[in-house]
Amino acid sequence: MTQYTLASQIAFVHLMSRKKQTFIAALGVTFGISVFIAMIGMMNGINDLLEDLTLSATPHIHMYRDIQRREPSVMQRLLGNTPLIEVHHERPKNEQKKLRNALTMLDYIRKDPDVYGASPLLTAQVFYQYGQHEIGGTIAGVDILEEHKLFGIGDKLIGGNLYDVLTTDNGIIIGSGLAETMQVNVGDKINVTTVTGTRVLLRIVGIVQMGIGAIDNSRSYSTLHTAQRLLQKDKSFITDINIKLRDLYKAKDKSQLYSNLFGYKAEDWETANASILVSFTLRNTITYSVSVALLIVAGFGIYNILNMTIYEKMRDIAILKATGFSGGDVKAIFMIQALSLGLGGATAGLLFGLLMSYGISKIPFEAKGVINLTSLPMSFSPLYYAIGLVFGLLTTAAAGYLPSRKAGKIDPVEIIRGK
Amino acid sequence: MKEENDIVLRCSSIVKYFTTPVKFKALNNISFTIQRGEFLSLIGKSGSGKSTLLYVLSTMDTDYEGTLEINNTLLTGKTLNQLSDFRNEHIGFVFQFHFLLPEFSCLKNVMLPALKLGKKSEKEVEHDAYEKLRLLGVADQALKTANTLSGGQQQRVAIARALINNPTIIMGDEPTGNLDKTNSDIVFGIFRELTADYGQTIIAVTHDQDFAQRTDRIIELSDGELLTSNR
Repeated sequence: MTQYTLASQIAFVHLMSRKKQTFIAALGVTFGISVFIAMIGMMNGINDLLEDLTLSATPHIHMYRDIQRREPSVMQRLLGNTPLIEVHHERPKNEQKKLRNALTMLDYIRKDPDVYGASPLLTAQVFYQYGQHEIGGTIAGVDILEEHKLFGIGDKLIGGNLYDVLTTDNGIIIGSGLAETMQVNVGDKINVTTVTGTRVLLRIVGIVQMGIGAIDNSRSYSTLHTAQRLLQKDKSFITDINIKLRDLYKAKDKSQLYSNLFGYKAEDWETANASILVSFTLRNTITYSVSVALLIVAGFGIYNILNMTIYEKMRDIAILKATGFSGGDVKAIFMIQALSLGLGGATAGLLFGLLMSYGISKIPFEAKGVINLTSLPMSFSPLYYAIGLVFGLLTTAAAGYLPSRKAGKIDPVEIIRGK
Repeated sequence: MKEENDIVLRCSSIVKYFTTPVKFKALNNISFTIQRGEFLSLIGKSGSGKSTLLYVLSTMDTDYEGTLEINNTLLTGKTLNQLSDFRNEHIGFVFQFHFLLPEFSCLKNVMLPALKLGKKSEKEVEHDAYEKLRLLGVADQALKTANTLSGGQQQRVAIARALINNPTIIMGDEPTGNLDKTNSDIVFGIFRELTADYGQTIIAVTHDQDFAQRTDRIIELSDGELLTSNR
C-alpha cells in the first residue's frame, strides 16, 4: 500500500505542475458526465411519468373473454383439419361477454398472497347526450372501493365525493374532459344512451381526472349495479377483472396461470403496454449512446494529455526506474493521474448535472390534453449518479491504460544514454 | 576500513551484442571483480563499450551473455521487478546530467529512493536526507527545486540521492562530464572521501584522464575488450 501512496504523491505533483492541462482534461469528463446526468434525468423523468400514468391507470393483469378466440368450424370438427375446407369470415356464436362465475373467481384471486387486489369491471358502451349531439364513450361499472384501492381513483377526483356514488341512485363520476365539453358540474344530470337503445338519466356526483386525455374525454365510473341496470343485465354480469399484484414483474407468470386456470384471456401489463415499454428502451438507448460518445471524446482528451506528459517526462521516468521504481510503480503513477482526472471530473460532472437537472425541472412546460404537466419531468434517482461516476472512472481508466503501460515499459538505458 | 577479500561485484564472461543498425559485438568476454571500498574508473575511447559495460553492471541492461553477481547475489536471469528492487537497495547512480525531478524539492528528490525502499518512516528518511545533503554541503539548498541550483550543486544533490539508501555500489556515468574544473574537483573529492572514510565502493565511467589517474584502479576498454585491469 505504501508504494501506492508514494506513487500518488508523485502523480499529484505531476498533476499540480500543469494545472491548466489538468483542468482541461478533467473538464472533458465533467462535461460528459453532466450531460449524461441531465439527459438521463430528463429521459427517466419522462419514463417515470409515463409509467406512473399508464401503470396507475392500467391493471397488472386484465382478464376478459376474448371474442376473437378462434374455434374450429363445424366442418372442421367433422372432417378434421384438412386443406380442403376453408371457411371465410367466420362469425363468433352469439355469446355473452360475461365472465362465468366471476364472483367465485374474484374470491379465489383475492386469496392469492401475491395479489394486492382484484376489481370487477363491467364496461358499457354509451352515448352521452349533449343537446342534439352524442358523444361516444364508456361507463365503467366498478366496485368503487376496490377501484380506489387499486387505482387511487379517489385521489384523482377534481370535484365531488367518491362515496356519493355508493349512496346516490344512478350516480356517476364523469371524466374531466367530458365534463368540460358538456359544461356540466357535480350535481347536474345527464342523459346517456346505451348501444341497445336504452336511455337513462344519470346524476353526476364527481369529476375525475386521470391525466390521460383519451380516458378523461370518454370514460365515466359508476357502481357495478348501475352499469348492470344500464345494460339490463343480472347482478352477476361482469365482463372484466382487473388485478394488481404486489410485485408487478410477476404479472407475466400470473397471467399465464390465471388464463390456464379459468380459461379466459389474461393479459399482463407488459403485453398491453408493449409500445410504451419500447419507447422507454429507445429513450434509454439514445441517452446512453450520446453519453458514451461524449465520454469517449473526453477519454481521448485524457489519452492525449497523458501521452504528452509521458513524452515530456521520459527522463524523469528513466531516473525513477534507475533508482529502483519498477515498471508497475511507474504505471501506477500515470494510472493514478488518469483516475484522479476521472474522479475529479466525474464528481464535478455529477454536481453540474444535478444543477442542470434542477434548472431543467424548473422550466415551465405546459402540456394539456394528452398528459397534464406544468414543468418538464425530471428524475433525480441516485442510481444514475452512481452510474455516471462509474462511467467516468471507467472511461478515464481505459484512456489512461495504454499511456501508463507505455510509461511502465520505457527502457531507462535508452533514455539516459540517448542524452 | 578496507577488507581486501571482500568482493562486492563479480562479472564473468560478459558478452553483449548490439543488433541495430547491424549486429555488432559491443562487449567481448569481460570478466573482473571489484573489492569493497574500491574507487574504480572505467576508461576507454568513445565507442569502446565502457558505458555499455556500466549499464550491464547497473542491472538496467539485461540483454547480455555471461553472469553478474553483486553482493554475492546472482543477478543474471532475475525479473525486471526483482532487479528494480535490487537497484533501489544496492546501487546508487550519478549521471553526467543530474536528472533531478524538476517538480520536487532537492530534499524530496533525495528522499524518493528511500521512500520507495520503504524501510524507514518518512520522518527518518527526511532526517537521513538532510544528513546526506549536509555531508555534501548542500543542506541549505534542500527546499529549493533542482533547476534553481548551479550545476555543481545539482550534481551534489544527485550524489546525495545516490547515497540515501547506503548502497553497496555507486555507479557514475561521466559524473563530472558536465562540470567545470572546480566542481569536478569537488565531486572527485566527495567520491574520494566516501571511499576512504565510509568504505563506499564506486565505479565511474570517465574520459577525464586526470580523474581516472587519481582513482584506486583503472579498467580500460578498447573495442569491447578488457585492456588493462591495473592490478
